[in-house]
Amino acid sequence: MNLHGVRAIYVYEMKRFFRTLMESLLSPVISTSLYFVVFGAAIGSRIDQVGGVSYGAFIVPGLIMLSTMTQAISNASFGIYFPKFIGTIYEVLSAPVNFFEIVLGYVGAAATKSLMIGFVILFTAGFFVDIEILHPVAMVAFLVLTCTSFSLFGFIIGIWAQNFQQLQIIPLLVITPLVFLGGSFYSINMLPPVWQTITLFNPVVYLISGFRWSFFGQADVAVGYSLLAIAGFTGLCLALVWLIFRTGYRIKA
Amino acid sequence: MTPIVEVDKLRKVYDDGFEALKGVSLDIHKGEILALLGPNGAGKTTLISALCGITTPTGGAARVGGHDTETAYRAARKLVGLVPQEVALEPFERVINTVRFSRGLFGRPRDDALVERTLRDLSLWDKRQAKTMELSGGMKRRVMIAKALVHEPRVLFLDEPTAGVDVELRRDMWRVVEGLRASGVTIILTTHYIEEAEAIADRVAVINAGDILLVEDKTALMRRLGRKTLRIDLDTALDRVPAALDGYDLELGSDGRSLTYHYDTSGGNGTGITRLLQALAAEGITLSDLHTRQSSLEEIFVDLVKKGDAR
Repeated sequence: MNLHGVRAIYVYEMKRFFRTLMESLLSPVISTSLYFVVFGAAIGSRIDQVGGVSYGAFIVPGLIMLSTMTQAISNASFGIYFPKFIGTIYEVLSAPVNFFEIVLGYVGAAATKSLMIGFVILFTAGFFVDIEILHPVAMVAFLVLTCTSFSLFGFIIGIWAQNFQQLQIIPLLVITPLVFLGGSFYSINMLPPVWQTITLFNPVVYLISGFRWSFFGQADVAVGYSLLAIAGFTGLCLALVWLIFRTGYRIKA
Repeated sequence: MTPIVEVDKLRKVYDDGFEALKGVSLDIHKGEILALLGPNGAGKTTLISALCGITTPTGGAARVGGHDTETAYRAARKLVGLVPQEVALEPFERVINTVRFSRGLFGRPRDDALVERTLRDLSLWDKRQAKTMELSGGMKRRVMIAKALVHEPRVLFLDEPTAGVDVELRRDMWRVVEGLRASGVTIILTTHYIEEAEAIADRVAVINAGDILLVEDKTALMRRLGRKTLRIDLDTALDRVPAALDGYDLELGSDGRSLTYHYDTSGGNGTGITRLLQALAAEGITLSDLHTRQSSLEEIFVDLVKKGDAR
């Protein structure tokens, strides 16, 4: 195992993050604060408690998920797309590193960044509402798994994308709707029965439900299903990444 | 001597059906400088890319230091440094960081002294904290070379290293190449400037349309294929070559004031120059000047490629 190689990629990617630290952290913090002002304070005051939890606190796990997922995807996809775009990928391809080490470096860095953003948002949320976390270990585990799997997914998008538009299109057209409709702002029990069933096909529902359980001890779907869903998604992404390196898809002629 | 790079019937067919390498075989000796010459699209870059792991060969095999480039790619790639044709650097990164990154990527532990030495050798030390986008084109190329050298490769591929580079940098670059050769590094370079290959290469390989046309010692090649010419300027114009000189196959210049004689230094019968000059004197022809000229590698190369195309 080329640990020096993994470390080199990881450190290099993290440096980019810290070089633009303000931009990296400011936008998720501001957008989350806006959500709290609009949903938590303005609208939330007219909504009853959801399952014994105040609405302002109820949306915290969903908001953290919303930000970490989109940040994980955009960080990871950009991280691998940029070297492809400017041509520096030649060096990684000619280096004695295997696919697992390359993924570990790039995805590890992207996951770390989104994890940090997740904690910053949690901290920010503390200014607006009282938060208690019933299962802190499970909470961290869910967050780490989500950051990792969505960074993997972003890595795949970054390899697939051939221009900057394609880099944006999947997060915009697929991820944002799935997250918004995945129960970030509501419990799926609030939906009409038909939509409750349809919603169960949305994988993000399981992630948010599991994450919310770690905060409040209550969930839309059983925690076991949430774990299965996130493990399945991680496995699927790993398999896709393996296939990409196996075939050299869009990175190697 | 065992070759450090062995290329065995390497083929590359791109997805669009273009066959860039048609079964190339080539042995590269340890410590030599091999110039890979060929016109645009001949397959030079494809060959280098296939050896370095940037493209996957369709068939055949290659070994570096005895390690197969596919099955033992880690060991093979550790020995190889690559300076690609195009400058590709992350614009916002600092010179020293990007060079350190390269060393780590190739599995080497951090070594600040070596990084400093590499940067100093390439006159980059003063620019170590500059972002790569702030550098001039020549400086960027130096950074590319520093990145390729910093993991201490035993084989260095230089793909068109002097294309679009000023005289000073080109001279610096050859100084670095000479230093590397002295430390036992094998160097494979492609170039369009054939006089460059002529000046520094030990051996020359000519590639055209995905085939290696020849691999030969440079001096032997020039001796075998090069022609020597003697031009004799005459004091007074002749209207034709005197009959007594028919055996020498002379060409009379259009103004009648020069004779051109082709000869060969490798034949066993001598060059025939002495006899020719005596014959001229016997004819009473007065000479005003003599010039000898050897055909350059460039002329040899153009001849070879033309012949290859005609085949």
